[in-house]
Amino acid sequence: MYTFSNKLKTFSFILMILGLLGVGYGFMTSHKSFEEVEHLLEAEAHHGGGHAEEATHNTHAENTHGEEAHAADEHAKHIEHVQHQIANRPWAALYVAAFFFMMIALGVLAFYAIQIASQAGWSPVLFRVMEGITAYLLPGALIVLIIAVASGTIGHYNLFIWMDPEVVEHDKLIKGKSGFLNLPWFTIRGLIFIAGWSLYRHFSRKFSIAQDTAEDNSNFKKSFRIAAGFLVFFIYTESMMSWDWIMSVDPHWFSTLFGWYVFASMFVSGITVIALISIYLKSRGYLEFVNENHLHDVAKYMFAFSIFWTYLWFSQFMLIWYSNIPEEVTYFISRFNDYKLPFLGMVALNFVFPILMLMNADYKRIPWFVVMTGLVILFGHYIDIFNMIMPATVGDRWFIGIPEISSILLFAGLFIFVVFTALTKAPLLVKRYPFRKESEEFHY
Amino acid sequence: MEASKVIHAIYNDDDVLMSAVKKVKAAKHHIEEIYTPFPVHGLDKAMGLAPTRIAITAFMYGLVGLSVAITMMNFIMIEDWPQNIGGKPSFSYLENMPAFVPIMFELTVFFAAHLMVITFYLRSKMWPFKKAENPDPRTTDDHFLMEIAVHGNESELENLLKETGAVEINLVDKEAH
Repeated sequence: MYTFSNKLKTFSFILMILGLLGVGYGFMTSHKSFEEVEHLLEAEAHHGGGHAEEATHNTHAENTHGEEAHAADEHAKHIEHVQHQIANRPWAALYVAAFFFMMIALGVLAFYAIQIASQAGWSPVLFRVMEGITAYLLPGALIVLIIAVASGTIGHYNLFIWMDPEVVEHDKLIKGKSGFLNLPWFTIRGLIFIAGWSLYRHFSRKFSIAQDTAEDNSNFKKSFRIAAGFLVFFIYTESMMSWDWIMSVDPHWFSTLFGWYVFASMFVSGITVIALISIYLKSRGYLEFVNENHLHDVAKYMFAFSIFWTYLWFSQFMLIWYSNIPEEVTYFISRFNDYKLPFLGMVALNFVFPILMLMNADYKRIPWFVVMTGLVILFGHYIDIFNMIMPATVGDRWFIGIPEISSILLFAGLFIFVVFTALTKAPLLVKRYPFRKESEEFHY
Repeated sequence: MEASKVIHAIYNDDDVLMSAVKKVKAAKHHIEEIYTPFPVHGLDKAMGLAPTRIAITAFMYGLVGLSVAITMMNFIMIEDWPQNIGGKPSFSYLENMPAFVPIMFELTVFFAAHLMVITFYLRSKMWPFKKAENPDPRTTDDHFLMEIAVHGNESELENLLKETGAVEINLVDKEAH
């Protein structure tokens, strides 16, 4: 049995408290009045900040040739736009971090189901670690949905502009999609996804623990069947979840392989977290049956799915770049103009770094090496989610500052607390699982 | 000079062979070669063979392929004749790079795979019309053969090999290759 060390518990509480303070600070400072934003923009213009938007605005004003009323109107619109972006920032920061940690748990759940459905012989010694991580799924997914819905009810449509009836009224495109994109149906869909995932998580955990003391293999068979069923349910709901929770922040844009792309991101982050937590628990002496061969296999998955992610990222980017259809390409133009460093940097973090670090078979067996690469991969996939949400909500007013970092701290603390609490609930080695012996003696 | 006489010890089970290899190694005899009909897991470790470096060569061949692709596309599409083809930006390599990635990828894989295979053939001396170096045809079906050089210690070796479970022990003159 694992005991949650007091040190780690305190650490997770410190993270949560620091995170909460920072998130609170982010919300307190994001409400700028019209005049404040006006002053801010003037100050930026004087500093020669060279704001792209300011520049277009100025040329626009000049083109109107003395139509002062129109220019003033434009000016007001611009300031309102920036005001809205500044107000969106703490919401978006919170949402990105919440989604990031939720997707780790969901990725691990899918990985777990695949291991059971494929009757993998190497991974059963890691099942309890995976089950511990997926404990975060229910709270994490509910938090994501609550933030999304709250942004459209108590907030001022800070994440999803299609939630704003006034925007929908004047936007033919969004109006046409309102049969799918409306708040009640969005909420119900989200609850169905979460219910399905949590039910699988609940029953797979239950059968896994029941199998420990069972006389026969009936629980194993049951867990096999529900894993297969869950994987079918998962691939549909994960795809729809990615349209709902991520793609709809840009309601004018769509991409067909988006669901797969988000899946690749969550899968590789989930596997990385399995590796990190296993290495941590092993270093504390709780997983003596896990050896470097298991680490090698997990690291191979990290390597392979980093490349899979890159494949999907590039396929999506290159198809849109190549055909250059205006209604699709705006998505990448805004990212390329305003997010050059995070957009290209994440390719280095998520592809170049893992491919060079984890190619060598010997390096995949060295814990500190896998930890180092894993941290880079996790950071890269945080940036990935950041790049999906931020351009639609805060535009060029992005920065990784107090709201973003505190949101990460808040959810990291919560994640650690929930996961390690769940790990104390059951022995860390499955007993009587049919492939346990094979897994313990796994050797590559 | 190679020993002119060798002992061929024949086994009919890979587990027996593995333990025999360990015993022969422990008795500090040099195993010239082992012939098996299929890969025996862990045999290279037991014999103390050095790990293969073919993966490293494949990595380097891949880099060669990548450089070939980049140099070729840069020369053809950007330097030699930068035409406007369907509005693609041919002003610099970087601007038009996404269109070249499929070729860069394929050539990397092509070079890595083919040159590695050729390296394997060269290093293991395999080619069409090569005379098969097979001391006993049964080793391609269901027997395992261990070849040990003899340096005037025939009887001692024979006793040792008999103990390890060899089903047949032959003293043969080694053909010069």
